[in-house]
Amino acid sequence: MNNAIQVTGLTKIYQTDQNHPPLRAVDEIDFTVREGEVFGFLGPNGAGKTTTIRMLTGLARPTAGKASVLGLDLATDITRIKKQIGVVPEISNLYDELSAFDNLVFAMQLYGVPRAERITRAEELLTRFRLSEKRNAPFAKLSRGMKRALTIAAALAHRPPLIFLDEPTTGLDVMSARNLRQMIAGLRQEGVTVFLTTHYLEEAERLCDRIAIIVKGRIVALDTVEGLKSTMGGKTVVEVTRADANDQIETRRFEGESVEAAARAALAQTDGRRVLAINTLRPTLEDVFVKLTGLSAEVMLAEKGGKGGGNASG
Amino acid sequence: MLADDLRGMFYIGLKDLRAYYFKPPNISWGILFPFAFILAFAIRNPSDLRALVPGLLALTLLFGTSSMEAIVIVFERRIGALERLLLAPIRLPALLAGKLLGGMVFGLTVTLVVLIIALIAFGAGSIHWLLLALTILLSAAAFSALGAFVSVAVTEVFEAQTLANFIRFPMMFLGGVFVPVDSMPLALQVIARALPLTYAVEALRAALLGGGVTDAALDLLALAGFAIVLFVLAVRVMMRWVE
Repeated sequence: MNNAIQVTGLTKIYQTDQNHPPLRAVDEIDFTVREGEVFGFLGPNGAGKTTTIRMLTGLARPTAGKASVLGLDLATDITRIKKQIGVVPEISNLYDELSAFDNLVFAMQLYGVPRAERITRAEELLTRFRLSEKRNAPFAKLSRGMKRALTIAAALAHRPPLIFLDEPTTGLDVMSARNLRQMIAGLRQEGVTVFLTTHYLEEAERLCDRIAIIVKGRIVALDTVEGLKSTMGGKTVVEVTRADANDQIETRRFEGESVEAAARAALAQTDGRRVLAINTLRPTLEDVFVKLTGLSAEVMLAEKGGKGGGNASG
Repeated sequence: MLADDLRGMFYIGLKDLRAYYFKPPNISWGILFPFAFILAFAIRNPSDLRALVPGLLALTLLFGTSSMEAIVIVFERRIGALERLLLAPIRLPALLAGKLLGGMVFGLTVTLVVLIIALIAFGAGSIHWLLLALTILLSAAAFSALGAFVSVAVTEVFEAQTLANFIRFPMMFLGGVFVPVDSMPLALQVIARALPLTYAVEALRAALLGGGVTDAALDLLALAGFAIVLFVLAVRVMMRWVE
């Protein structure tokens, strides 16, 4: 299998002003994205996710390091790379004045999609993203979820084999976020390589084949979801729900080498309380994230201003 | 790659014309504004209306091309839509040329309307059509590049409007629209020579009053020079956006 993206020592340093030290937004990162996979870039706000996308798509020049995208050298072949990638930025940025249909057609005109194909492709995308009814509505009049969907449709219009999605579900309602996740999963089945940034742990866990966790410009872990979870070690955790003489209920967690050992430890320390339930807990991506970064998952959500569509329970 | 650039330039221009330029407020502003100014001047000094036609055409070109042009880039940059163009497989000069194209086509259209009205009112007389066409084209290019330069130099839409007016309004009074440059004090003449509008008015005067291309060769060269220098400066500013 070929690599869709190969990055070595990629670095971006911003010199803000003379009084502050230079900011290492992205600090010598290495990773590869395999053809056809959904690759997640997970990290808190300001970790360097967007800066990495901007470098890989030609919107920012790396300070150091090398990268190839679809086999082409980022430093010398950016225009040819641009022709073969689709990019969905964090903000839905189509033209307010143009209709949904005209926005898609314009996107294709920029990428040289033949005239005969543009109309059928635009209609096809509108149907697929459930926007046919809004065909002639100006972009400005669409709901937030529809804007997001149309922005993704526009990025796919010229059939790129690689698409960059920057925080695709941030700020969306639960239903819209769920629809978009289904759509991203659908892209994978079509063989499109997806580079996805997110700060939603459950979203990354659900969608991604492999995940890189980036904190303060550095990749602190890169593996499959299962691989990341196995870094938690062999400890098993059980959660015990208990009630005291006054029927006050509490839950506590106990660790052990096995389910049996953990349960035994839990039962040995009842302090006279009645045991109502014992559940075994598998480590979640959140546990991994907390362990690797020392940050709580809430910190990431709070930074983005609310949970919104990030709730992946849809 | 060149084919991509040319196609991108064409469609960017077309998109801007549809999305921004050919909208009722912009059309009426583009045509009414120069007329209002000339009318105000003519009421005060009604002796020779015909002599005001070159100035009227020059003002129409200046405001028709640059009013929206000065806003479109900074506006799209603010809302994030410009990023779509920066991500497209089009090189920066082609992207900017597409933006200029929108302003030029709109400016040329309103100028054509004003020209037809002037012809109906005053007759064709001894117009040198080739010189007229060259002057109008080069003026549109120079003013459009001026608008684009203003638009890339600022970061807010209101700053673009302020800066554009800061440049255009003195130009209206010093560029020979109402008073011939030669009759101005020397210091003002020097300033007038640094303004593209001066050359547009001179060349238009030559074209409408029967002069030939050679009479206005320096004016045409100056207009082309302004167009090229402002375009190159604007591209250089834009190159900093992707660093």
